[in-house]
Amino acid sequence: MSKFKKKKSGDIPAISTASLPDIVFMLLFFFMVVTVMRDTSIKVKNRLPYADEVEKLEKKDLIMYIYAGEPSERYQSVAGTEARIQLNDKYASLKDIKQFVFEERQDTREELKQALIAGLKVDKETNMGLVSDIKTELREAEALKITYITRKGEALKNLE
Amino acid sequence: MARRSAPEVNAGSMADIAFLLLIFFLVTTTIETDSGINRKLPPIQDEQDPPPLKERNIFIVLINSNGDLLVEDEPMDLKNLKQAAIQFLDNGGGKGDEACNYCQGAKDPSSSDNPVKAVISLQNNRLTKYSDYIAVQNELVAAYNDLRDREAKRLFGVTFQEMEKAFKSDNYAGNTDKLKERIQQIKDMYPQKLSEAEPKRTSS
Repeated sequence: MSKFKKKKSGDIPAISTASLPDIVFMLLFFFMVVTVMRDTSIKVKNRLPYADEVEKLEKKDLIMYIYAGEPSERYQSVAGTEARIQLNDKYASLKDIKQFVFEERQDTREELKQALIAGLKVDKETNMGLVSDIKTELREAEALKITYITRKGEALKNLE
Repeated sequence: MARRSAPEVNAGSMADIAFLLLIFFLVTTTIETDSGINRKLPPIQDEQDPPPLKERNIFIVLINSNGDLLVEDEPMDLKNLKQAAIQFLDNGGGKGDEACNYCQGAKDPSSSDNPVKAVISLQNNRLTKYSDYIAVQNELVAAYNDLRDREAKRLFGVTFQEMEKAFKSDNYAGNTDKLKERIQQIKDMYPQKLSEAEPKRTSS
């Protein structure tokens, strides 16, 4: 019987932490893969309005982002305070929108061209005049699917 | 000469370094998906006479540059807009061919004939603030969604939004074609007819 008797040692063996780095690395790789670094720096003020009847935009690569609003403070000395349009990384004028849409179309696979959506990220203080000018340009470029990108919240918050 | 074995590298701090990187990526990650109100713009057409619409089938919402609403020639608060839009869409005042057998409205002869004919016209001027415009859009879409939900619940026992959500998800258990058909049926009952006129020059 004494053969099966465990050797008694007084202290509890320390838990091996050798596999801890492996676990952490696993998490690290997960987040590295998931992270999407923002590829455009926004040069206009971008306080989005609130809405609650929204739909999620699933396919991010099929969205053409169009920003509009007052230039951010650090650019105001150059760009003024009049609301501007931003496409990709730079300020643009209305007539650049068509070119932008065509370029985006060219970068998209043939079968997905119909699914392109223009995502309007417009600052809430912008006048509708600019927004409807953008819409007219989009209509002329035959990019008819648009979405007003908003924050989630009750519409009444917009009035504050 | 006694050969010394190379001392083992202490890997204890590896976890710390990995944690540091992990925290960096945790902080920079944004797993946000944008959400927004989907709209379809009308294609540009050659100038031609628009099809005649009866006055009672048009619901005019005007937004001025201060964000005040004028609905059917009467000022209105934003929070009452949804109810007013529902009343208009769901009125079902038509007779004969134009009767609406699923509407639960007041059947007022001076309001819309049926939801298929009813058009909401949203007008704004160039100085209207974007946030006011979005708020109104949101309320009008909410009115349509409420009505669609109600009909979907009555016919199929689920809300319209649940149906759309199930349709978008990849692992829907039931028959997808049937679901698509049902969604289309509800959409045909209450088609979103939101006309956006070109904004007026500042007249007010």
